[in-house]
Formats: sequence, C-alpha cells, structure tokens
Amino acid sequence: MHNKTLSELSAALKAGEFSSTELTQSYLNRIAELDTHVNAYITVSDESALMAAKAADQKIAAGEAGPLTGIPLAQKDIFCSKGVKTSCGSKMLDSFVSPYNATVIEKFNQAGSVMLGKTNMDEFAMGSSNETSFYGAVKNPWNTDKVPGGSSGGSAAAVAARLAPASTGTDTGGSIRQPASLCGITGLKPTYGRVSRYGMIAFASSLDQAGPMTRTAEDAALMLNCMAGFDERDSTSAQREVPDYTANLSDSLDGLTIGLPKEYFGEGLDASVGKAVEEAIAEYKKLGATVKEISLPNTHLAVPTYYVVAPAECSSNLSRFDGVRFGYRCDDPIDLEDLYKRSRGEGFGSEVKRRIMIGTYALSAGYYDAYYIKAQQLRRLISDDFKRAFEEVDVIMGPTAPEPAFGLGEKSDDPITMYLSDIYTIAANLAGLPGMSVPAGFVNEMPVGLQIIGNYFDEARLLNVAHRYQQVTDWHQHAPAQFK
Amino acid sequence: MSLTQDDVKKIAHLARLSISDADIPSYEKELSNILGLVEQMNAVDTSDVSPMAHPLDMAQRLREDTVTEENHRDDYQSVAPNVEKGLFLVPQVIE
Repeated sequence: MHNKTLSELSAALKAGEFSSTELTQSYLNRIAELDTHVNAYITVSDESALMAAKAADQKIAAGEAGPLTGIPLAQKDIFCSKGVKTSCGSKMLDSFVSPYNATVIEKFNQAGSVMLGKTNMDEFAMGSSNETSFYGAVKNPWNTDKVPGGSSGGSAAAVAARLAPASTGTDTGGSIRQPASLCGITGLKPTYGRVSRYGMIAFASSLDQAGPMTRTAEDAALMLNCMAGFDERDSTSAQREVPDYTANLSDSLDGLTIGLPKEYFGEGLDASVGKAVEEAIAEYKKLGATVKEISLPNTHLAVPTYYVVAPAECSSNLSRFDGVRFGYRCDDPIDLEDLYKRSRGEGFGSEVKRRIMIGTYALSAGYYDAYYIKAQQLRRLISDDFKRAFEEVDVIMGPTAPEPAFGLGEKSDDPITMYLSDIYTIAANLAGLPGMSVPAGFVNEMPVGLQIIGNYFDEARLLNVAHRYQQVTDWHQHAPAQFK
Repeated sequence: MSLTQDDVKKIAHLARLSISDADIPSYEKELSNILGLVEQMNAVDTSDVSPMAHPLDMAQRLREDTVTEENHRDDYQSVAPNVEKGLFLVPQVIE
C-alpha cells in the first residue's frame, strides 16, 4: 500500500481494495517501526487517526467520498490542530494543545482525510536543515547522516520514507521546495495568498505560504484543490476562483517557453546539480518546449533582502510569545520584565533568538530606513525582474538548491553558509510567485530537484509542466532502499 | 556593520530576550556577520524605487462591523500558564 501514490490510493479506496482503517493502520505501523531512523514526526495521533479513518470508511460506503476521503496525511506541526499538540518545533510551544483548527486542517477534515500526525520542522520554520528543531534533527531517508532540508524537513522525509502518502509544508524562503529537492519528492509553494494562513503559526507574514508535498505533481494538484481558496479569516487571502488543478495536467507542452536565468547557473552551483538540471531541460525540449536565456539581474540581492524582511516580520510576530497567554513560562518570575525575558530566553532556541534580534535591530529607531525600507525597495526590484521575464517566457526553470543534501552538523555552526542553501528559492517568496521542486535525478546517490517558477496564480500550468515531465521520467518513483 | 557587546545587550533588552553573558560574544559575532551580509543591499541605488510592502498589490479588506465570533474565552484560557476568574495572572505590576 505504501508505494501507491495518493491518486492510486484514492482509486483503491473507492474500489474497496482496502479500507481507510486498514490503510491508516498500515501507515501507523510503518511509522512505529521506521520513524526512529528518520524522526519525521513530533506527534503521531494514532487514536484520532483511526477514528477519522472509520468515519471515512462510512462515507466511502455511503458513496459520499471525495478524492481525499480516507487518505492518511501528515501535517506540518506549524498548523494549529484542535486537541492535538502544535509545537512549531519549539520548546516555547511544547505543551501547547491548540484550542482551534487552522483553515488548512479544517479543509482536510471536511474532505474526510485522516491526519496521521504532526511533522518535525525547524523551530518556528527558521532553518534550512531541520537541525533547529527542539525535537532533534530529522534525518534524510536517502542517507541518514545527511539533512533533509528545511524547514518542512519532517514533511519531506515522511513522504520520501513512505511514512505518509503526502504531507503539507509551508514556504517562507524555500521551506517546501528545498526539502522536497533534498528528499527527492514533489513540492509546491503556491502564489502568496492562494492558501489561507489562518491558524498557521506566523513567521514572516508577507512571505509565508502553505502548500502540498507529495510524490507526484498529480497528487500535488489533488492536495491543492483542497487547500486553496479564499478565507475571510485571513486578511491577505486572495479573492480568486480556484480552478480544478487536475484538469489541465496532461495538456501538451508544445510551444511552452522556458526561461533559464543565467544567474541561476553561475558560481556557487554544484556542477553535477547543474548537469541534472540541464538534462531535465533537454527532456522539456523533447516535449515541445523552447528555451530562452533570460536575466534576473537582482538575484544576488535576494538573500540580503530576505534577511532583513523575514527577521523584521518575525520579531514582530514572535512578540506574542510572552509567557502570559500560551506557551512556555519561566519558573518564579520576579517581575513582569523578568517573566517576559526569561520565558522568551528559555523558550526560544538560538536561531530564533538570532533572527528576533536582527529584526529588532532593523526595525529600531534610526535604523528603520537603512534596513527595512531599503529591503522593501530591493524587493520591488527583484519582483520587477520577474515581471519583465514573464513578458517573454511562460515558466522559469533552474536548480532548487545549489547542492544535494549536506551532512548533519556540516553547516549548523555557520548561519551565513546555511542561509545560502536558499539562494535560488528566496526570490519567489519576495515576489510572491508560485514555485515547485520536482525530482530530476541523483548526484552521489542523493536526489536533486528541478525548480519551476510560474507567474502569479499560474499553479495549474506549473502542475501541468511538472506532470508532463513525470510522464517521461521516473525520478519521482525512486524510493530510498531502507524504506521501500 | 559590526556590533559591540553593548549593542547586543541593548537589542536583547528591546526584544525582551534574556541571554546569558557567556553567549554574548557568539551573538556579537553572528549578528555582525548577518548584518555584513545584509549590507550588500547598499551596493544598489534605490532612491527612486517605491518600497514594496506586500507581494500582491491589494488593499486591506474591510468587513461589516458586526459580531462574527462566539465566546471562546474558556477554551483559549485553557492553554494559558496561569489564569484565575477569567484573567491572565502575571507578577504584580503596580504596588
């Protein structure tokens, strides 16, 4: 069962080949047996999963099943889930059992899917290796001495290790695409505002976006059909129709114009990764696409700009963790200031504290214009680069990450080197554009992802472009030996 | 941009974060390195560029000024560290 894709599972459930209860139990057994090697889950919700599976089986029997009814899924532990611990990978929320559901969780519940548990992640989604989690690093299923990427590392590893058929992630600077690339799965970050942020613990509110992490583009389309849509509870939710993302998956790519930004193939890119991406582009030419070299001249400014915008927004968002209303509180505070400072000092890990401090500094009196306004001006330039490019091309392609998965501990002592892991993904967040990572080969037996960036709200085309590639390649079908 | 240890202490205070004296030198170094990275921004003249606050040019949506939520006080206080009679308890602020 565990090697079937989400769409195959959906068909099998409807055909009565097995029940959702059997399927859910089989995944719970796999998690119990194998997750010790990966550490993908923070919480496994056995009981509620089996209850949801039973309810799904009744729906299926009554002929009321939708495509996700009875499908077990793993949810990133950033989505508030009622009655289930929601930690965001932090000691700060280690004892937090959410009193309400995020809209994303609510939508999956309504679709009748089954939540297997909550996946491990970098603390408050701040990291590119999953090593900043309070619950310990996630290991890459392809080689457990290597990182899975981050921040949605648990979600990526769970899908790669067949400990869930699909999962959710969030992407603020690459946190869906980079771990998808490093774990050899398919990940989609939709356009900013496409999926509701309600109940998704905020990191950087003008960048955060949730999306699916799956084995195939077809599965990602099924997931996005459920996740996308306007939500009045999210003030930046996009008021736009949601198309059926599965409808155009098989459209021909004849006449598609692919832009290759020369800045994505220069210094800093591992040569073997570059070669894998070039081979993927060659496949697209065979599928009828034409290729055009383009320039995104402000690419090199994306990382510096991001490390002002994201920390500034994080310092503001994380001020809510004050030891008063929810989350960790220090012992025996002597006064209110001591309560705030020690609750936060003891509850947050070092990367979160670094980013809060950078953000606090960038927003402080006398520095606001030099840092925050300057970063917003550069954000405009970065965004304008893409606008110009999309006048000439339909999609942009390049590597998702500059190299395959690196070793655990290899970069954890040097924040700057770690930040450069997201050098190709951050710009799409600053511009608000949708982006995908699709498995495109292996380098030294570790997976490599092809990144596809699309125009605003053009997710259906991204999924079509990814799906057609997956019809002629089998990179997405490979499974790590230990988890076959 | 290089921060001093006093800068680090001041920023930590503004952010209401207790950090131990032993950790200050590493914060001094790491925060200075990050600010060094960020300073690459200054290579570009942006004097005529309007700041982009939001990825989609959209106005803030308004709604009718009516009650839309039910009372969830008990639920929401059930996760608080210390409450009494519907109030959040903190150390005494006013003598």
